[in-house]
Amino acid sequence: MPNDIATQTGIGARVKRKEDFRFLTGRGTYTDDINRPGQTYAYILRSPHAAADIVKIDASKAKAAPGVVAVFTGADYEKGGLPAGWQIHSKDGSPMIEPPHFPLCKDKVRHVGDQVALVCAETYAQARDAAELIEVDYKETTPIVNVGDADKAGAPQVWPEAKNNVCYDWHLGDKAATDAAFAKAAHVTKIDLVNQRLIPNAMEPRAAIGDFDRATGEFTLYTTSQNPHVIRLLMGAFVLQIPEAKLRVVAPDVGGGFGSKIFHYAEEALVTWAAGKIERPVKWTAERSESFLTDAHGRDHVSHAELALDKDGKFLGLRVSTKANMGAYLSTFAPCIPTYLYATLLAGVYTTPAIYCEVKALFTHTAVVDAYRGAGRPECTYLLERLVEKAARETGMDRVEIRRKNFIPVNAFPYQTPVALQYDSGDYFSTLDMALKMSDWAGFEKRKADAKARGKLRGIGISTYIEACGIAPSAVVGSLGARAGLYECGSIRVHPTGSVTVFTGSHSHGQGHETTFAQLVSEGLGISIENVEVSHGDTNKVPFGMGTYGSRSLAVGGSALVKAMDKVIAKSKKIAAHLLEASVADIEFKDGKFTVVGTDKSKTLGEIALAAYVPHNYPITELEPGLEETAFYDPLNFTFPGGTHVCEVEVDPETGVVQVVNFTAADDIGRVINPMIVEGQVHGGVAQGIGQALLEGAAYDAESGQLLTGSYMDYCMPRADNVPNIQVGNHATMCTHNPLGSKGVGEVGAIGSPPAVINAVLDALLPLGVKDITMPATPYKVWQAIQSAKKAAE
Amino acid sequence: MDMTGEHEIKAPRQVVWAALNDPEALKQSIDGVEELNKISDHEFEAQVVAKVGPVKAKFKGKITLSDLDPPNGYTITGEGQGGAAGFAKGGAKVQLADAPGGATTLRYQVHAQIGGKLAQIGSRLIDGAARKMAEEFFTAFSGVVEARAAAAPSATASETAPAPAAQPSAAVAQAGAPSAMPPKQGLPPAVWIGGIVVAAGVVVWLILR
Repeated sequence: MPNDIATQTGIGARVKRKEDFRFLTGRGTYTDDINRPGQTYAYILRSPHAAADIVKIDASKAKAAPGVVAVFTGADYEKGGLPAGWQIHSKDGSPMIEPPHFPLCKDKVRHVGDQVALVCAETYAQARDAAELIEVDYKETTPIVNVGDADKAGAPQVWPEAKNNVCYDWHLGDKAATDAAFAKAAHVTKIDLVNQRLIPNAMEPRAAIGDFDRATGEFTLYTTSQNPHVIRLLMGAFVLQIPEAKLRVVAPDVGGGFGSKIFHYAEEALVTWAAGKIERPVKWTAERSESFLTDAHGRDHVSHAELALDKDGKFLGLRVSTKANMGAYLSTFAPCIPTYLYATLLAGVYTTPAIYCEVKALFTHTAVVDAYRGAGRPECTYLLERLVEKAARETGMDRVEIRRKNFIPVNAFPYQTPVALQYDSGDYFSTLDMALKMSDWAGFEKRKADAKARGKLRGIGISTYIEACGIAPSAVVGSLGARAGLYECGSIRVHPTGSVTVFTGSHSHGQGHETTFAQLVSEGLGISIENVEVSHGDTNKVPFGMGTYGSRSLAVGGSALVKAMDKVIAKSKKIAAHLLEASVADIEFKDGKFTVVGTDKSKTLGEIALAAYVPHNYPITELEPGLEETAFYDPLNFTFPGGTHVCEVEVDPETGVVQVVNFTAADDIGRVINPMIVEGQVHGGVAQGIGQALLEGAAYDAESGQLLTGSYMDYCMPRADNVPNIQVGNHATMCTHNPLGSKGVGEVGAIGSPPAVINAVLDALLPLGVKDITMPATPYKVWQAIQSAKKAAE
Repeated sequence: MDMTGEHEIKAPRQVVWAALNDPEALKQSIDGVEELNKISDHEFEAQVVAKVGPVKAKFKGKITLSDLDPPNGYTITGEGQGGAAGFAKGGAKVQLADAPGGATTLRYQVHAQIGGKLAQIGSRLIDGAARKMAEEFFTAFSGVVEARAAAAPSATASETAPAPAAQPSAAVAQAGAPSAMPPKQGLPPAVWIGGIVVAAGVVVWLILR
């Protein structure tokens, strides 16, 4: 039996996802599926202007409209603003500018979609109709939209306290050493890059229901969140001043997040606050249009980078200067994304000895920008891999060899980079070789010739990447400005008859935790997977949690479960020793049984659980009854997944259409629990990376600040025909500092893929003389690039 | 959004100018202008209803005139509020010039912005919609003006246009304006411009919702 568990449902088995039955049959319970007795519906009136003074709001007609229970504006809101969870200090030591962020605008609106008024009514239609009756007198001002222009003299100012719109002006690395490296360089490669703004587009739009119990004074918030405990902490402590004991936050089934559901949003605070005011539940569900306008966006960097090389192609130094768009306010984790999740990765997989990076974070009249799948690391990887590729082209070195030559050697781990991080393990040579083999790199020239015969330009591109995830050691991030610890909590409850409920702070919103964690616990405790249920997402059930982001669930949340299981096993051994009349030291736990070493006397976990809950024969003076253990796990370091992605494209020179024809991802993600889920994560991440490289891009009108890509007509998401069959390879080196050896897989696809795709497009266009292309490489842009190159060649 | 254009109308400049200042002529030329009220010498309120299939939406617009230079041209700015649909606002310079054969060339340069949901989902369509509506307007407007010119040949010959000059006052009265309006100051001239921008917005909005 136990061996069956290990092979069929344990660690390493391709167990079909337990949660998919309810998802695929439409039986999931999402926030919008929840309805509370006496519920009202909320509609949020949003600013149609990017920048304006609110001169006057007259809500009297709306208040008198049919079905309206209450109308609230900024003047009614007396509680706190939404906090930023991370504080960055500028070069000069001054703290970042942290403007107030009230859930309802008080005197100004600062982006299209900003919250101006909240209407609560008996039906959603009544709330919406009433909102139309609110008369807002705006005095428009000129907005600033593009991050590249935001700090220029004369640019419109978003906040008076943020001079030149600068939130912070930060740096990392050794400037003098980097300058010295450039001084002795044989070659310097320079590049200017834009990492375009993306809109996350989770399948389920955000939703929130606030509920207030008049009898107990307890608030409940149902919300589409990746981390309900974090929301309880932020909203309870900082925004609404509700003690944790009086605030329950439930994040039920959540249909995708990709980072956009980490943050504490205004709507969550508003429905909870309003529920207390009107003493009735308040339900808000975003329309897709609202999601486009108000979900935290991702990326939006403008960068200049320079790489110094010696005559043999060894990297000597790297210099990077980046402007990062924060949007109009600071979202929960926005400040740390372009700093400690970006610049700290600039060593990449290379031995570059001197690195210096400056980052200016700027406010603009646009939606907030925060973590989106990869969060800082895709921006870093794109910059590095475009730069390295360009260096290879300029120096005439082979694109693969220049990478191999600069890889951190396998025997150099733990490896201290010049930008703060220490990589614990890795083997970039093996993932490179694996990717080259799987993608048949050597056979490319023939495929290229075949494509040419068909009138197509074929290109191949490579990206060798690393990321830091398993976020994060609390002491380290605390010293860098984090205002929270980033451990995780897990709890194992063994029920009297031996079934187990696992409580985890790692929320699952598509990742398959209910299966992965069940596999982990099933094997760890030697019980069948059917006897393990995983519970997450409710602060009244799970003791605590820091949530799901930064590819941390298995490395951090899984490690907490391992620690909790260790405690369960330790206690069970004591119980077994008592029942079997043996010394604890002689009890061995193996294959799901507690056995007296050298005998056939043993007890199963079920028998021990029954004894623990029915303690008739029990060491009651030494042990408490019951069998339930909780553990917190705070990682000792980040984890460092890495690998090689190879992309092959065909470009139609007549139309500029790029088709991704092959994609290979060879990753080192440490120990794998469920290879099928891992492949799914890589597939999804690569699809999003292809989306960024070829299709997606948020556009604001520079003059008016209106969001031009506000629907699926103008914001192009990847579809089935944009994504090829993806080959996934895995070469694991174990993480050295967590009990599972796992590194994390949620973001690798989105991090490694965009530069591989663009490098492939540029490789295809190389014969035509095209040297650069910006993401997304749409047919229009590719065609334009081809025409310009042709003209230049004439 | 920027839109420029030129249209030749087979009528003398004075007649065209007068018609541009005649709410009735404009009402006949723009489908869906429901109300046209003067709120001061150079400001007007208009209500435009656009219909797509069974769905109707109402835009309220405010139009301001400036740089009046009869009968040569003017500048107009307009703004339309469509509630949840968002807003459309813009300005236009309009110039009239004599064309060969007693005709008039009307040139216009429009610069317009749309905002709110209209911009969010309709930006890509608004140019096309506005251009189409401009075409429709000119076809209808030319018809109205040319019919008038044909009906009043003396005015065409004299170029002093006493008859058309008298018309706007009557028209204003019909449109509900409290007092007669001095014709030389122009009436709700560019209702058509504001109207086009706003109505195009409404149409896009209705198509998309």
